[in-house]
Amino acid sequence: MTDVLNALALFSNFVLVPAIAYGSQLALGALGVTLVFGILRFSNFAHGDTMAFGTMVTILVTWWFQSMGLNLGPLPTAILALPFGIAACAAFVLASDRAVYKFYRKKKAEPVIYLIASVGIMFVTNGVVRFIIGPDDQKFADGQRFIIKAREFKQMTGLSEGISIKVSQGLTVVTMIVVVAALFWFLNRTRTGKSMRAYSDNEDLALLSGINPDRVVMVTWILTAALATIAGTLYGLDKSYKPFTYFQLLLPIFASAIVGGLGNPLGAIAGAFVIAFSEITVTYAYKKFAGYILPEDWVSGGLLQLLSTDYKFAVSFIILLLVLLFRPTGIFKGTGV
Amino acid sequence: MSYLIGENMTGGYGGADILHDCTIAAEKGEIAVIVGPNGAGKSTAMKAVFGMLNIHTGRVMLDGEDITSLSPQDRVAKGMAFVPQTSNVFPSMSVEENLEMGAFLRRDDIFATMDQVFDLFPILKEKRRQNAGELSGGQRQQVAVGRALMTQPKLLMLDEPTAGVSPIVMDELFDRIIEVARTGISILMVEQNARQALNIADKGYVLVQGRNRFTDTGQALMNDPEVRKSFLGG
Repeated sequence: MTDVLNALALFSNFVLVPAIAYGSQLALGALGVTLVFGILRFSNFAHGDTMAFGTMVTILVTWWFQSMGLNLGPLPTAILALPFGIAACAAFVLASDRAVYKFYRKKKAEPVIYLIASVGIMFVTNGVVRFIIGPDDQKFADGQRFIIKAREFKQMTGLSEGISIKVSQGLTVVTMIVVVAALFWFLNRTRTGKSMRAYSDNEDLALLSGINPDRVVMVTWILTAALATIAGTLYGLDKSYKPFTYFQLLLPIFASAIVGGLGNPLGAIAGAFVIAFSEITVTYAYKKFAGYILPEDWVSGGLLQLLSTDYKFAVSFIILLLVLLFRPTGIFKGTGV
Repeated sequence: MSYLIGENMTGGYGGADILHDCTIAAEKGEIAVIVGPNGAGKSTAMKAVFGMLNIHTGRVMLDGEDITSLSPQDRVAKGMAFVPQTSNVFPSMSVEENLEMGAFLRRDDIFATMDQVFDLFPILKEKRRQNAGELSGGQRQQVAVGRALMTQPKLLMLDEPTAGVSPIVMDELFDRIIEVARTGISILMVEQNARQALNIADKGYVLVQGRNRFTDTGQALMNDPEVRKSFLGG
């Protein structure tokens, strides 16, 4: 019995908890992608770098606050800096919309043209971020590190395996739930939110109803910037901040959005957890886990790891391919790709 | 002078002209119907009245005001409402939200108008939490008309409201349209089902190749042997 509990604790510590946190971060990112896809009708490849930009501003403001001795006690100072990051990021995406996307909107360009334009924005944003903060790893997490330490858990339960939950992980999940609830409330209950859904549903009819398209576009970008900055900051707190990592996050984020059904917010969240859990369960080494639940002589000498963590992106790719081949509209019915 | 009149309209979608010196008018609280063979420019004439395509000659007057240069959105604000033939609802939004979006420009209390729409189309009240995309064709047309009525328009324009619905639903829809007209709203309607449409029309316009061919009261057109022979199948 203790063996099973130990195996469960081990699994929770190395798979369940990290996957829930990672899934929440992906969900916030995928919501931004799906929002842009649903309302502005293109795949925004600059989203990963938008996250990097918002997080960068958050980090700079965090450092400034830290230098002034401002902090939130056990919680990371970055939370205080988050509103500044969101505001700067919103200003940045609105400026890029003004400079680039607006032109194509006026010309009623094909979605693929927007997509290529967004690749351009991606490179520019990428360059701006590296120019300001540099390409290296940045540390900005402070406050208490753990909610539960592995050692405390072991003492509490008497098990030989512990579960540790980092503050950043707890914070990620709580923030995700709050943000998602607020977003759904906004989209389903407020006049502006409803007008955004109407615009996404039937653009021509929305215009006939007197919905102002410029306002819808603006609000969409602001929401996207907020989601991107929050997702990026949480990811940075949980792991570390490196601009290139955020560019790489684009793949699991898009995979999440597409797996769930592009344009469908609920799908984006479901897809994010599918991707996060697959990535982590496939790259986890089950040797110790198997040691607890299998008879001793059944356990192999190998690590029992399906895929090295270096290949974790392959998991998103494979899931993405399978979904596109067999259910192109995603788990929830989104717009087909 | 008519409440709405598109006078001597000539124009098209950019290439060759589709409308040639075409005149369409609607009186207050009356039903005007545009009929004619396929490709006669019926929908085009209506879109021209609503400002969805450019007319280079002629003008559109609403309540004595020249609105030729206004965009469709501005015409909505002036009291015109348009129900397109296809994709005329927000499919992933509930019936109630569809109606709310129709009243987007209004800042006052919209619930009285919504109740009127529910009185007119009782089925919508029953299905008000259901997504418009899940409704039948006839119910969806009702949502579309209801959405347009939410702006409290003075003129309602319908582009083939009965396209693709069963004959029973069609009669029902026509009854509702007459009811709407009785509340003082002018109606301008394009219809494929010429006979039924002219039956309820105060004024009928028969277009052929973008030109006015016959214009008279609905009853007179029905009785005109030439119209019957060429457009109503004898």
